[in-house]
Amino acid sequence: MLPDQLLFAMEVTLNGLMAGVMYALVALGFVLIFKASGIFNYAQGVLALFAALTLVGLQNGQIPFAHLINATFGTKLHHFGWTLPSVVAIALTALVMVGLAYLIERLVLKHLVNQEPIILFMATIGLAYFLEGLGDVMWGADIKKLDVGLPQGISESIESVTDAWFGYGFFIDKLDVVAALVAAALVAALTLFSQYTKYGRALRAVADDHQAALSVGISLRFVWVLVWSIAGFVALIAGIMWGTKSGVQFSLSLIALKALPVLMLGGFTSIPGAIVGGLIIGMGEKLFEFFAGPLIGGATENWFAYVLALLFLVFRPQGLFGERIIERV
Amino acid sequence: MLYREAGEFKTSYAQDSQTFPIWWDRLWYQVALVVGFLVLPFFMTDYWANAVFVPFLIYAIAAIGLNILTGYCGQVSLGTGGFMAVGAYAVYKLMTSFPEVSIVIHVILAGGITAAVGVLFGLPSLRIKGFYLAVATLAAQFFLVWLFNKVPWFYNYSASGQITAPERTLFGIAVTGANTPAWAKYLFCAVFLFALAWIARNLTRGTIGRKWMAIRDMDIAAEIIGVNPLAAKLSAFAVSSFFIGIAGALFFAVYLGAAEVGEAFGIQKSFLILFMIIIGGLGSIFGSFAGAAFLVLLPVFLKNVLVGGLGWPSDLAAHIELMILGGLIIGFLILEPHGLAQLWRVLKEKLRLWPFPH
Repeated sequence: MLPDQLLFAMEVTLNGLMAGVMYALVALGFVLIFKASGIFNYAQGVLALFAALTLVGLQNGQIPFAHLINATFGTKLHHFGWTLPSVVAIALTALVMVGLAYLIERLVLKHLVNQEPIILFMATIGLAYFLEGLGDVMWGADIKKLDVGLPQGISESIESVTDAWFGYGFFIDKLDVVAALVAAALVAALTLFSQYTKYGRALRAVADDHQAALSVGISLRFVWVLVWSIAGFVALIAGIMWGTKSGVQFSLSLIALKALPVLMLGGFTSIPGAIVGGLIIGMGEKLFEFFAGPLIGGATENWFAYVLALLFLVFRPQGLFGERIIERV
Repeated sequence: MLYREAGEFKTSYAQDSQTFPIWWDRLWYQVALVVGFLVLPFFMTDYWANAVFVPFLIYAIAAIGLNILTGYCGQVSLGTGGFMAVGAYAVYKLMTSFPEVSIVIHVILAGGITAAVGVLFGLPSLRIKGFYLAVATLAAQFFLVWLFNKVPWFYNYSASGQITAPERTLFGIAVTGANTPAWAKYLFCAVFLFALAWIARNLTRGTIGRKWMAIRDMDIAAEIIGVNPLAAKLSAFAVSSFFIGIAGALFFAVYLGAAEVGEAFGIQKSFLILFMIIIGGLGSIFGSFAGAAFLVLLPVFLKNVLVGGLGWPSDLAAHIELMILGGLIIGFLILEPHGLAQLWRVLKEKLRLWPFPH
């Protein structure tokens, strides 16, 4: 029999790894866009929030902009009165995200080609504000429950199996297991897509060199719409996972802030980096909270990831898997 | 005929290298000073001071500080809110520990403490660059806010976890606390802003400012021509944090009076000040003023129109305000990436030729 403290630590580690997968889901969207367009997309977290809000709204048959219409015309609209099955709602939301990607390219990115990265970064912050406001105006700002039929709650089978092995049942949320499986499937699908399809090749070409890609006839604008659509789709999945876990509300957009240290650690340009970075951050912050949290007052999860990433970067400025930074004058 | 330089001949080095070499610029500057110091204080009401002028003055200080770091030295920072919190808590600890010392000295010392903290968090900038650095400064933001929340010594073990500014006087007139007259708040901040803007303007056009700009434009090339990157980057972090610390101290002591760290100095504040310098213009002192004025006035204006004019509920107005703010930022970046300062430069260029543009 293993000592209790070690068993606790193992459970915390496992839960940390699961949380890390959730961070990695958000970080994936960042990496996709950064690779293809060099844009550091701060709006990724808000995209997830927007996707989750839209999904809940469609599922429950909410009338978009009801609040605004009521305020302007004095009506009392709120619901259409029907509910959609989850699959239909998810498909419709994915369509909305594609439309959004098109609009973003059309209205924002097209006009900012060739600007400095910092300007593009600022534009995505502006976009984050805009989408946050839009999501709230469209669907209302109250906390919503999201349920698309994913399993939730403690997994009894894992508990009983570990209980039989160690004499101590591990507490693991089923949703986290599902999230881990989905993340693995997503990474596999994205890798297959970018390695073995025509558009995946175009995407890699654009990521490598914009001008060279243009010169062989790849449409930059199409690739950008494609990439933002995929990022929107990843955001939708992240939104479903996080929304099921903790409700759809404003704080969902803050998961972007949890994904940033994951990116720094894994490197901005690496998909496996996002996953490994997520696992390290998730495990690190849970273990730190477990061991050091009680000594220094708790709630260390807000900053520990950043400090860990910062220390890492001092020794490896491009992150774990990032492309080597070569500087020339 | 409002702005021209024809007929101005410099006859000495002093004339040639003065801050505002063109007569019209000097006139605008002097008019602004007279209005700011001799006219406005007599008309200051509580509403105007609290809604517009005092936040404008304080944000302008913070924006100048961040502009030195980001606009002049090229190091993007998202830790502004955290550094403002350092200034606020430093001035609070100083005010409560040494009540007999003048508040002016406390505010300046708070700036100094923030400068030291800023240098500490600036150290990684020697290794980490670009976006990696921007994200790394978030470490400062989150860590500092957590620290002030969790360590009771910083808020003197008060039950609510808030800090409250005690009343302190200057020449017999209250400048902090509940009994401060509106004009005293305004004037106290205005003097600080004037002094700091003067320092910033002169620093940025001198040797050290040129070193910062060389680092911003290309740090390796700057190093090769003999700029010490360690000294340049850390001095930019120090000066910038000094300004931001003073802004944080004034924000807490004069403007808010009582503050809770997560609310008053959260990440939203960092973004707000970054927006100010982007909309105002990176690498421009005038731009810091313009950006601060714009982002202080915009919510007041929108609130008056949406809630006062259209009669919408205030939560809906707040969401629409977010959308408008986001849209404006994107619009600005598309139309004029160099900000309001660039618009002002273009306007001056036009005025020089007006009314005969050819």
